[in-house]
Amino acid sequence: MIRALLPHPLLALGLFATWLLLSGSISAGDVLLALVAALAIPQVMRGLEPDRSGVRSPGAVLRLASYFAVDVVRSNYAVATIILGRRKRQRVSGFIHVPLDLGNRYGLAVLAIIVTSTPGTLWVQYDRPSGRLLLHVLDLVEEQDWIDLIKGRYERLLLEIFP
Amino acid sequence: MTASAVLYWGLGAAQAILLLAMLLAAWRMMRGPRAQDRVLGLDTLYLNAMLLILVQGMRSGVGLYFEAALIIGMLGFTATVALAKFLMRGEVIE
Amino acid sequence: MTPSDLPLWAAWTIVAVVVFGSLLALTGSVGLVVLKRFYERVHAPTLGATLGMASIVVASAMFWSMTEGRLALQDLLIGIFLTVTTPVTMILLARAAVYRDRVEGDDDVPPE
Repeated sequence: MIRALLPHPLLALGLFATWLLLSGSISAGDVLLALVAALAIPQVMRGLEPDRSGVRSPGAVLRLASYFAVDVVRSNYAVATIILGRRKRQRVSGFIHVPLDLGNRYGLAVLAIIVTSTPGTLWVQYDRPSGRLLLHVLDLVEEQDWIDLIKGRYERLLLEIFP
Repeated sequence: MTASAVLYWGLGAAQAILLLAMLLAAWRMMRGPRAQDRVLGLDTLYLNAMLLILVQGMRSGVGLYFEAALIIGMLGFTATVALAKFLMRGEVIE
Repeated sequence: MTPSDLPLWAAWTIVAVVVFGSLLALTGSVGLVVLKRFYERVHAPTLGATLGMASIVVASAMFWSMTEGRLALQDLLIGIFLTVTTPVTMILLARAAVYRDRVEGDDDVPPE
């Protein structure tokens, strides 16, 4: 019963919140419209048959979010110093391959957003059969350091969140 | 200095900075040398224009600029995706 | 409350955060001009699209919440929206560039 009404609870919650934020008020009429949107639009998604995301472990989600926030600030600073030419030593940029164990689509999508949103690393291509990810790194000092960063810091948590 | 003077001049300075950023992005868009550089310049131009309009909303105190910024952001996204697709395949819709 | 009734400290805070974000966006655009190769340049606009955008959006949310005297968080939607879309455009653009370079036989790009 509840499954029929709410096929994607997180999507419905997100739509509800977005609607209220856009209308900018919490009067009875707006809440009612937001409820209608939150209940009707996920029914359309049913036709697309997306995989269930199955998010686990809220603690890991919070930890990942805090890592992400810290890393965005840190790499913004790093790339800004590179652009403004404050770095004396020779800088090399290049492509690296990262072998990934993560196979879940949603996990990979989140990893792509994290990797690309931190300035200095760019997700280029992911090969599903071999699980190999091609990255471009702006400041490539040691290839293994970047692989350890992606695998140890993000992939481990993503494997907890999307088992 | 009153609060409105601080906002007027301070946000004006931020707008000047963003305008300069737009000019640099436009330079890369016109200069190239390759098509992907131009698309990247266009994307940056869209982003900076969106930020400029958000700041303009605060400076003028008119809330409607929010919608304008949202629309520019969406247009920038679709335009860049379509252009990137075109660079890859030579066709936007397959 | 109108913008002129904002307390002075709030006005200065908003201006400082907005100028900081604008400077980051400018740094990104400077990188677009000064970096030598396309694959280096593609990293530059991310500065404005992440921290630069976030600071301006947060300052805007603070401004509207204070002037209107209620929680006005609609600007954060722009932040969420850009966080989700910017990686998509960057990844597609990088893939297009890699594809074009592979077709032309550029040695810098690793083969498939």
